[in-house]
Amino acid sequence: MKTIANVLTAACLVALPVAGQASPESDLNDFRDHFYKKFPDTPKDDFINGVYSIDPASREQWEAFEEFPSYEIYIDKGEELFNKKFANGKGFADCFPNYEKGIRQNYPYFDSGSGSIVTLEGAINKCLTDNGEKPYKWKKGNITYVSAYLASKSRGNKINIKIPNDPKAIDQYNRGKKHFYAKRGQLNMACADCHYHYAGAKIRADILSPALGHPTGFPVYRNKWAGASKKGDGMGSLHRRYGGCNKQVRAKPFKAQSDEYKALEYFHTYMSNGLEVNGPSQRK
Amino acid sequence: MRLKAHLIKTTVSVATLIGCLGLTPLAVNAAEDADIAEGKKIAFDRKKGNCLACHMIEGGTLAGNIGPPLVAMKARFPDVEVLRAQIYDATEKNPNTIMIPFGPHGVLTDSEIDKITKFIYTL
Ligand code: HEC
Ligand code: HEC
Repeated sequence: MKTIANVLTAACLVALPVAGQASPESDLNDFRDHFYKKFPDTPKDDFINGVYSIDPASREQWEAFEEFPSYEIYIDKGEELFNKKFANGKGFADCFPNYEKGIRQNYPYFDSGSGSIVTLEGAINKCLTDNGEKPYKWKKGNITYVSAYLASKSRGNKINIKIPNDPKAIDQYNRGKKHFYAKRGQLNMACADCHYHYAGAKIRADILSPALGHPTGFPVYRNKWAGASKKGDGMGSLHRRYGGCNKQVRAKPFKAQSDEYKALEYFHTYMSNGLEVNGPSQRK
Repeated sequence: MRLKAHLIKTTVSVATLIGCLGLTPLAVNAAEDADIAEGKKIAFDRKKGNCLACHMIEGGTLAGNIGPPLVAMKARFPDVEVLRAQIYDATEKNPNTIMIPFGPHGVLTDSEIDKITKFIYTL
């Protein structure tokens, strides 16, 4: 019903461009305003730094980490993989001709041909399979190295997610928005509970980060993930983090790159439009 | 004879009963204390109540501050049943609350909620 209502709203918008009530643009304005009001001391372009944008105490330690970032070697590995020719003689550069200028800011996007959302990870694996290569695993490893390399090339570019005026695109947006605000799991909590309403509060000893700016820094190197990895590799994708946050509330996580998480990423990243790409980054 | 036996029996039962009654306050106190101690354990256990995730509670460390500090509970909840209802299902009072519906979602059993309530009521 909600989806139908939203499509109807979208249809109305075409007819009445003045009434901007539930449009993505007005959502975006409300979303930003919420965080600007909640954290008046945080410069607007600093939300890209996650919890460190609102917590001066942990920021210092994090800045020290960022001096010699643990993700650096993974950017290098990504560059190597990126430049390795496929068996057919082609390479990633053939799929991503603009990679030098940076492309991270344009993902995820709505593909009108297929009616679905294309994430950067999806495009990386599609490039491999289109060229007869084996795809990478979704959440960690090679895929995060290549995406880290592509993100590093895009640093400073501004997130620029487009929601075209296509009912299918609006549907994807609304699906992601619904995931963000809906209570789920045995513990009955929404992403919005922790990263919107109570951003800045402490849950046990952790300070909850604002959702504004969340996706700009991905992929991330997490000390926690490094500790759990035999090789000490802490790299993980945004969808790896989604799964972790779903599990925290005892909800069954969706698969990385499932339609559900792609829609969530579409909404979540659109909400960071205009902020600079700063991935990969380092996190606890 | 039969009547007499019956009488004796009754007397004995009454005596037992009186004896029990005499002991009752002590026994109940010990049981109450055990419940309160267990309630505290369940409240602090990260896999159970994990109340400290959101509430400052005396005796607990690394408390969050999403919810109000749990202090002066008797003043705030003159009726202990109202407190129990809040712990059992916080969504009754505030449908959008971030606080977990511990009872309806089966995170805690009724008896665990009773014990936590007893503990929280001492604060
Ligand atoms: C029970 C609280 C809780 C819920 C619900 C929750 N998260 Fe989180 N999330 C955390 C905590 C704690 C962290 C680590 C500290 C931080 O960065 O906020 C975190 C971290 C994150 C990060 C990493 C931020 C960064 O800068 O590295 C992302 C992204 C994220 N969450 C997204 C989500 C999404 C999307 C949902 C819903 C699917 C969600 N979270 C649900 C508690 C929660
Ligand atoms: C995820 C966060 C969270 C957890 C976990 C949590 N609470 Fe709460 N609690 C809250 C919030 C927020 C409120 C404020 C009222 C509201 O928003 O519904 C609250 C309110 C309360 C109140 C009412 C306080 C008052 O003075 O009105 C009591 C009592 C309470 N909680 C007890 C508990 C107990 C006991 C537990 C553990 C078994 C617990 N809470 C776990 C978030 C939480």
